[in-house]
Amino acid sequence: MKKIASLARIAMTDAEIEAMVPEFNGILGWVEQLGEVDVTGIEPMTAVIPNTLRLREDVVTDGNIRDKVLANAPAAEHGFFGVPKVIE
Amino acid sequence: MTESTYRIQGATGEWEVVIGLEVHAQVTSHAKLFSGASTTFGAEPNAQVSLVDAAMPGMLPVPNGECVRQAVRTGMALNAQINRYSRFDRKNYFYADLPQGYQISQLYHPIVGEGGIEISLDEKNPDAQTKTIGIERLHLEQDAGKLMHDQHPTMSYVDLNRCGVALMEIVSRPDMRSPAEAGAYLKKLRTILRYVGSCDGNMEEGSMRADVNVSVRKPGDEFGTRTETKNVNSVRYVMATIEHEANRQVDVLESGGTIVQETRLYDPDKNETRSMRSKEDAHDYRYFPDPDLLPLELDDAFLDACKESLPELPDAKRKRYESELGLSAYNAAVLTAEAETARWFEALLAESAKAQGKPEADVAKASANWLLSELYGALNRMGKTIDESPVSPAAGAELVALVADGTISGTIAKQVFEIMLETGDGAGKIVEERGLKQTSDTGAIDAAIAKVLADNADKVEQYRSGKEALFGFFVGQTMKAMQGKANPQMVNEQLKKVLN
Repeated sequence: MKKIASLARIAMTDAEIEAMVPEFNGILGWVEQLGEVDVTGIEPMTAVIPNTLRLREDVVTDGNIRDKVLANAPAAEHGFFGVPKVIE
Repeated sequence: MTESTYRIQGATGEWEVVIGLEVHAQVTSHAKLFSGASTTFGAEPNAQVSLVDAAMPGMLPVPNGECVRQAVRTGMALNAQINRYSRFDRKNYFYADLPQGYQISQLYHPIVGEGGIEISLDEKNPDAQTKTIGIERLHLEQDAGKLMHDQHPTMSYVDLNRCGVALMEIVSRPDMRSPAEAGAYLKKLRTILRYVGSCDGNMEEGSMRADVNVSVRKPGDEFGTRTETKNVNSVRYVMATIEHEANRQVDVLESGGTIVQETRLYDPDKNETRSMRSKEDAHDYRYFPDPDLLPLELDDAFLDACKESLPELPDAKRKRYESELGLSAYNAAVLTAEAETARWFEALLAESAKAQGKPEADVAKASANWLLSELYGALNRMGKTIDESPVSPAAGAELVALVADGTISGTIAKQVFEIMLETGDGAGKIVEERGLKQTSDTGAIDAAIAKVLADNADKVEQYRSGKEALFGFFVGQTMKAMQGKANPQMVNEQLKKVLN
């Protein structure tokens, strides 16, 4: 639980984690039931209706909207997003 | 197939190095892989960002057909299997350079499968020491944004202009055994990408970067544990990374340690690699198929069009230059190493054939020699690339033709070329205006010879008593007296006649 929370960058207290454990087990148990279905030789379904991926032309149609892009940023400076310092 | 003899001498004996490269090559396209924002290098921060790239809620990716086409063409040029069915997956990780929280990549069903590249380890004789390096796969994925850490005391700045630009990740087999092989592979791959036009190969601007996988083993043993050094951005650094990382691993193993499978960074200033410990627990990427994107299915018409659009590739071109044009293996290799050089040479060849009224094969050698010695020499001096040459292929062909038909000698041609570079005038005009035409006037040549022999009676004596090496001296003096304009063949003949 702690690892999943940390990978998803969600801060959880021990009490919250404890409450979440039975819920997660319930979800996992439900998904495991799907394993009972024999799907040998069946292609995975990727769309409900027959459809193929559309491709876009290689044309610049977007961008130059820096103000919009940065509008919700808590700390935009000099045209950049400002984030807490992260150094390798 | 050549076996590498590169070994690291350790205290316990010899070690063999095993190398695999993952090359990230930026696809040449106007717009990004899944958005309509521009890919141009060097724009103002965050100016080339769409709401898709900034991962605003509800935005949906639509693939750029050109990026798909370029990946397929590249795969074809690498003799690789093209997968008519491929799919995009999400690679999940949190980092400030990737607002989506996942990179769209192709883990399970890449667009291109197994292929290979033939490398040559002897530049002078490209057919002598060859080796095929296997390609495991090529897939399409998004690039991330750029972080700047040194602009603010407590914040990092994020520029998302690169975020979403299409990359081809080209993964080799662990088939390389020395820094030289890795260097040759990278150079060859770059050449092929530039011929195909799918990546500009500009390593300074980050269009091509390599992740370098290195392990060491005693010759004949199983593969050892490997480390991966990320984002190395030049051929020289890749070779230095391998050398240092392999030596470091040998030291660790010989002092009783074990190699940890980890990600490392190369520091060119210190010329060493070091561990990136901060990312160690970040390797759980939880890949899954991207539900925003349907599988990518390619039909025959698409694949045929890709195939037809491929240019003649460097190896085929080099072999043709040797067999059809009669060029030496070395000259053919140098002329075909860069697409620009080959293009320039072929323009020169066509112009030369036209100027001289002969088939290309008959004018190829002289044209190649002029390009590789005179033009290259001048460009090197000026610090220019062949595309920036102040002299056009047609102007070069005019000069080569004047030598070929005996109008001027090779020595005078060098002078004429210098004047062409200075003035921009044509060779014919320069020769005419400055009276540089070679003379085949036997009277004038004979007179010059007579004077040289009279002035150097002692040397004539020595020559006649057996010091034949002096012949060259007489030729030189006569040419000097004629200001270089005498037909050298006639000078030789006349001199021989008079002296013997």
